[in-house]
Amino acid sequence: MELLVAIIIGVLVASGVYLCLRARTFPVVMGLTLLSYGVNVFLFAMGGLKMNQVAVVGMSPDPTDPLPQALVLTAIVIGFAMTAFLVVLALRSQGELHNDHVDGKPDDGGRS
Amino acid sequence: MNHWIIAPVLIPALAGMLLLLEVRERHRLRRITGLLSCAAMLATALFLGDQAWGGEITVYALGNWQAPFGIVLVLDKFSALMLLLTAVLAFPALLYACCGDDRRGANFHALFQFQLMGVNGAFLTGDLFNLFVFFEVLLIASYGLALHGRGPERVKAGLHYVVLNLVGSALFLIALGLIYGTTGTLNMADFAVKAQALTGTDATLLRIAVLMLWVVFGLKAALFPLYFWLPAAYAGATAAVAALFAIMTKVGFYAMVRVYALAFADGPFAGLGQSALWWLALVTLALACIGVLGAKRLGTLVSYLVVMSVGTLVAALAFGQLEALGPALYYLLHSTLICGGLFLLTDLIARGRGEVADDLQIGPAILNGGRLSVLFFAAAIAVVGLPPLSGFVGKVALLRSVPDPAYWVLLLVAGLCGLIALSRAGSTLFWRTTGEGSGLRPARRHLVAVLWLLVLSPLMTVYAEPLLQLTTAVADQLRDPDLYLFAVLGGDA
Repeated sequence: MELLVAIIIGVLVASGVYLCLRARTFPVVMGLTLLSYGVNVFLFAMGGLKMNQVAVVGMSPDPTDPLPQALVLTAIVIGFAMTAFLVVLALRSQGELHNDHVDGKPDDGGRS
Repeated sequence: MNHWIIAPVLIPALAGMLLLLEVRERHRLRRITGLLSCAAMLATALFLGDQAWGGEITVYALGNWQAPFGIVLVLDKFSALMLLLTAVLAFPALLYACCGDDRRGANFHALFQFQLMGVNGAFLTGDLFNLFVFFEVLLIASYGLALHGRGPERVKAGLHYVVLNLVGSALFLIALGLIYGTTGTLNMADFAVKAQALTGTDATLLRIAVLMLWVVFGLKAALFPLYFWLPAAYAGATAAVAALFAIMTKVGFYAMVRVYALAFADGPFAGLGQSALWWLALVTLALACIGVLGAKRLGTLVSYLVVMSVGTLVAALAFGQLEALGPALYYLLHSTLICGGLFLLTDLIARGRGEVADDLQIGPAILNGGRLSVLFFAAAIAVVGLPPLSGFVGKVALLRSVPDPAYWVLLLVAGLCGLIALSRAGSTLFWRTTGEGSGLRPARRHLVAVLWLLVLSPLMTVYAEPLLQLTTAVADQLRDPDLYLFAVLGGDA
């Protein structure tokens, strides 16, 4: 279980970082989304992973930690809003600069 | 319980919401609401400053959940000082925007208030996750403000700013996850206590988490190698917004000082990342010198002066056991206010020059440029640290408390570079002119806003002694983290 979650987080973050380093706005937006997914799963796992346990003290002999669930909810909401904002910003940058390069440069023949 | 502590967060939140309800674009009403809110914040900051000055650390448990289980707001001398600085800077910045800049995009006033809410909250909170949330509030508002007004330059700089800060937020969350995973708490005081007891793998994980925190705070504070977003974003933003942003880098610095003073001043983790911070700050200072000399626009030049002040401050923090913090805080007050004033002045000069704006090239003379040139002269003297204004006092105090040859050389060279760049900029802007310009005259409110910020520099010189005593008292309180721990955790600490 731990190994599986660790691999998932690793793959998500690695793909996110790779995409963030691309030169076009759309891959960057996708990269940031994947990165925030990876971070959310990481936050979720930070209280320790337990199978089939409720998050209420007293309902189970070994309850799972409820705090990461609250934190990850906050992180999801903020991450979601920021992705929406970034998509709008990327669209406006496309409209104003007439291309989707992150530096607003004219196309260099598809090399980036 | 004393409920006043939450007022600096509630006032802008309420004002911001009221401003959002006002959909009929009644600008006068919006401006009055915004200015009233800023005035109320100033009054509250003074009241809270007076309260904190007695030396008592006041703790406000939100929802009456006791620390470390609930979120607490903590008011000590340091947070009171930063609240006051924010309010003193915000009022003239908003006043300046009220001359027409606020009409260049929707919801300027609401965003301005939410930005202040985020900044005030970040200064008050005693919880690391809550710090993240307030960082996000101030960032989200700052994204909107940075893009306020149109133009491709602004969108390009804004995109970089937003993407970098989103990556920073992801790192912040990872660091918080590690901190919670190892210590089981996010309350700053509780974290500081529990961190000392960690051993083995947990201690290593915590080291990683704290180094990541330094990276995040370094990004907010614009420390090398994470400052490249700042000149474009600040020089591109509307003047009033750039002036308000002068406090934003200081939020990063505040967070660094707070976490450092609480958990890493002594104990097993003492000085974690300190030498790295020291060298990075010195490199920041050196690169800011080059940036100042190479700037092609006055706005970019002032932005690099902000970067320079960050390098100066972080180096003073990283030098030793918070010994230089008192003078550093004096310098922080000075540099924030003067850089804010310079951003406003840059805009006035750019308006006066018409087409060429603030490009440092030969252009038309400014209509009635005499007053502006005197202001520019005074601001330049203050910001590079020549006598008799506050920059000189701040730099002398810093040099006396950081006896390190590298710092001395770099700080003095930075002053020299700033002097060369600003005198070259001043002579280009005011003397090397071609005929009379067609630019706009500054309105009276513009001048009031600029004067408000610039007059504080001679005042800070006249009252240098009591102010330095005040900032030293702030530093003394920070050097004794037990006071903070006892106030938050009660008898358990």
